[in-house]
Amino acid sequence: MDILPILATLRRHKAILWLLMLEIALTCAIICNGVFLIAQRLQHMDMPSGIAEHELVQIQQAPIAPPADRYARAQEDLATLRQIPGAQAVGMSNQVPFGGASSNGNVMLSPTQPHPTLSAAEYFGENLVQTLGLHLVAGRSLRTDEYVDADVLIRELADGSSKGFPMPMLVSQTLATRLWPQQNPLGKLVWLAPTASFRVVGVVETLARANAYNTATAQYSMIIPLHMGADKDQSYLLRTRPEDRQRVLAAAVAALKRADPARVITHSRMYDQVRSDYFQDDHAMAGMLVSVIVAVLLVTGLGIVGLASFWVAQRRRQIGIRRALGATRTDILHYFQTENFLIVTFGIVIGMLLAYGLSLWLMMHYELPRLPGIYFPVGALALWAIGQLAVLCPALRAAAVPPVVATRSV
Amino acid sequence: MFGYYIDLALRSLKRNKVLTALMVLAIAVGIGASMTTLTVLHVLSGDPLPGKSGELYYPQVDPQDARGMMPGTMPPEQVTLIDGMNLLRARQADRQALMAGGAVPIQPDASALDPFYVEARYTTADFFAMFDAPFLYGHGWTGADDEAHARDVVITRQLDEKLFKGADSTGRTLRIGGATFRIAGVLDTWRPNPHFYDLTTGSYNYYEQVFLPLQTALELHFAKNGSNDCWGNGTGGVEGGAYPSAACVWLQFWVELDRPAKAAAYKQFLVHYSEEQKVLGRFQRAPNVQLRNLMQWLDYNGVVPSDVRLQAWLAFGFLLVCLVNTVGLMLAKFLRRAGELSVRRALGASRRALLAQLLTESAVIGTAGGIGGLLLALFGLWMVRHRSSDYAALAHLDPAMLLVTFALAIGASLLAGMLPAWRASKVAPALQLKSN
Repeated sequence: MDILPILATLRRHKAILWLLMLEIALTCAIICNGVFLIAQRLQHMDMPSGIAEHELVQIQQAPIAPPADRYARAQEDLATLRQIPGAQAVGMSNQVPFGGASSNGNVMLSPTQPHPTLSAAEYFGENLVQTLGLHLVAGRSLRTDEYVDADVLIRELADGSSKGFPMPMLVSQTLATRLWPQQNPLGKLVWLAPTASFRVVGVVETLARANAYNTATAQYSMIIPLHMGADKDQSYLLRTRPEDRQRVLAAAVAALKRADPARVITHSRMYDQVRSDYFQDDHAMAGMLVSVIVAVLLVTGLGIVGLASFWVAQRRRQIGIRRALGATRTDILHYFQTENFLIVTFGIVIGMLLAYGLSLWLMMHYELPRLPGIYFPVGALALWAIGQLAVLCPALRAAAVPPVVATRSV
Repeated sequence: MFGYYIDLALRSLKRNKVLTALMVLAIAVGIGASMTTLTVLHVLSGDPLPGKSGELYYPQVDPQDARGMMPGTMPPEQVTLIDGMNLLRARQADRQALMAGGAVPIQPDASALDPFYVEARYTTADFFAMFDAPFLYGHGWTGADDEAHARDVVITRQLDEKLFKGADSTGRTLRIGGATFRIAGVLDTWRPNPHFYDLTTGSYNYYEQVFLPLQTALELHFAKNGSNDCWGNGTGGVEGGAYPSAACVWLQFWVELDRPAKAAAYKQFLVHYSEEQKVLGRFQRAPNVQLRNLMQWLDYNGVVPSDVRLQAWLAFGFLLVCLVNTVGLMLAKFLRRAGELSVRRALGASRRALLAQLLTESAVIGTAGGIGGLLLALFGLWMVRHRSSDYAALAHLDPAMLLVTFALAIGASLLAGMLPAWRASKVAPALQLKSN
């Protein structure tokens, strides 16, 4: 197919040509960046928690009046929960991955350094490794005799005493690699306050933070052997078979109410709910992006149909003359298809530049990484496909123009 | 003449129904998407206290250790209990309130109701007058009540309806967390959005149901919500035991200053206060103070979710595509009518008359697109309200945004019609007649 006559014709319709190319370019820029944003959201929503998500239920409760001994109450509650048939492990935690409400500490590698190295999640509570189903990849788990009441630790910190330190702790593998690249983290010391040192005794494979906003730091977690008292911020966690979750949850709530009728169960849910709540905005955003991409392709496609129909109608006579001079139907069909391919290609070239510019702008304002090269062909392919699809019907109509039109005056 | 143009426009639009529908639909979808996202943005970035917000300020001082100080850093975003009480008692502003969020168990007398937890605000006397909180019954408590650790409580209309079936409950007692309180007042529905006075509990759709004197709540060890930031050996405390230690910020402090001059003087006072505390040895850093007004404080905290802004940009990008699309289609349509237009020209119509005729046609498309866009925006907002984001429930169209929608639709389509109308009106009278 000779493209020179096509180009010569297009030069006579500059205004419409430019508009069409602009529309395709804008669409291309939106699609490239939109698909990338969707991929980012999906990747974010897929963030691993490191825990046995489908086997966990969570209960939060609060007493009406503070119990005499909050620590004893917590132990009694845990003992009650261990009696529930189907409960494979029972634990307690001050936070759960993706739970939102978080507790974090500033980590220092020496007690005198002026600025903390980083901030990491501080998990306190009972029996966490077993209940959450964490994978220990080095060292050992925490022993029962290593636990201290939270009040005791707070008093020591307030007095500035270093009695009882260093305490043992577990760290996530990501945190260990970040703090001590290419070294064995076991036995290393960190400070969470100038007098509070902790020795790494074990490493868990993955444990996400409660507020995992930033993918880079989402897996910085520590587990410290602290007994927490029974209060509204602590969660009781039960691990069970996925199919038993509903039953175990109901039984656990009933057992807690029986043990102390004067308490309020503030939350009781399966862990799956925690994850879907946490990522609901990403889910909604991905949905919105998909709708925009579909809509923008549809609008552009219909626009191409409209303009191509206009061109076909305008050139009926010329088409008739070409047919009379011996052009086949296929020639006419190919003419319009090639014309569309050329326009879309020009549009895509401009669109790539726009997409790149848009990506730079997004990077500046929304802390996004640079648009990877792989997304450029995505936009191009989508537009070529929609262009050919849209032009097919008008082009077929053009091919159906009979040669006799050439002899008619209108 | 205008009536005639409208008639011409309708005839022309009717002649090619599919193309007309395409143009109207493109504008409607573009406008609908933009207005949905713009309305959400507008609602979320609105002024929670119109008329009053310019007089409310959020003082910040820097009580942190000298260690780790970097020049140019902002002071902490909350205050310690000691600084909060000092600033409160200094009474250097027209009004001042110190506060923290919390949650308390309510024990209803009626045995039909189980005890339940509600969100609470522990604050000081000026809170209600400062923030224009409307009272349905009764009133707040006094500064003397604050110092006396009075067992007074202000509840919301919602809680009053739940506990007392909406009756005037002032003077009645209410059991909260094992203690007996006297109801001093009932607040009418009051839902400032964003929850500006304490952003640590979530920015939108967070409402307290009871308001208690701060010092009473601390005395009773009521549980706190929100965040705390500590330095040195500071610890966040444990519930029911200790509150965050002296090396932690965890309370919010607001002042009301009715003139800018007073604000300047108050900032000076904060500097003096910091110097004084440094002499006393409590502060280690050079005075580092900030005094932002309400809207500046919201802006500094970036309360509007970045996703909402991104969605608005995305929708406007989409509207741009729709408009370019409409310009192309209109251009094609107008150029195709060159014959008809040149007849009008040959019969004596001026070029301006043709321009007016064609712009009328694009305005008709714009109006239809605007109505369609409005319906789509209403549908879009309905969809937003059914999402589970914390701001979802706030997505409603107000009269101002309604006007903006229409102006945008008609403005956009007139703009889109400009180029095609201008191009088509340039048609030469005779030439077109001859060629056919």
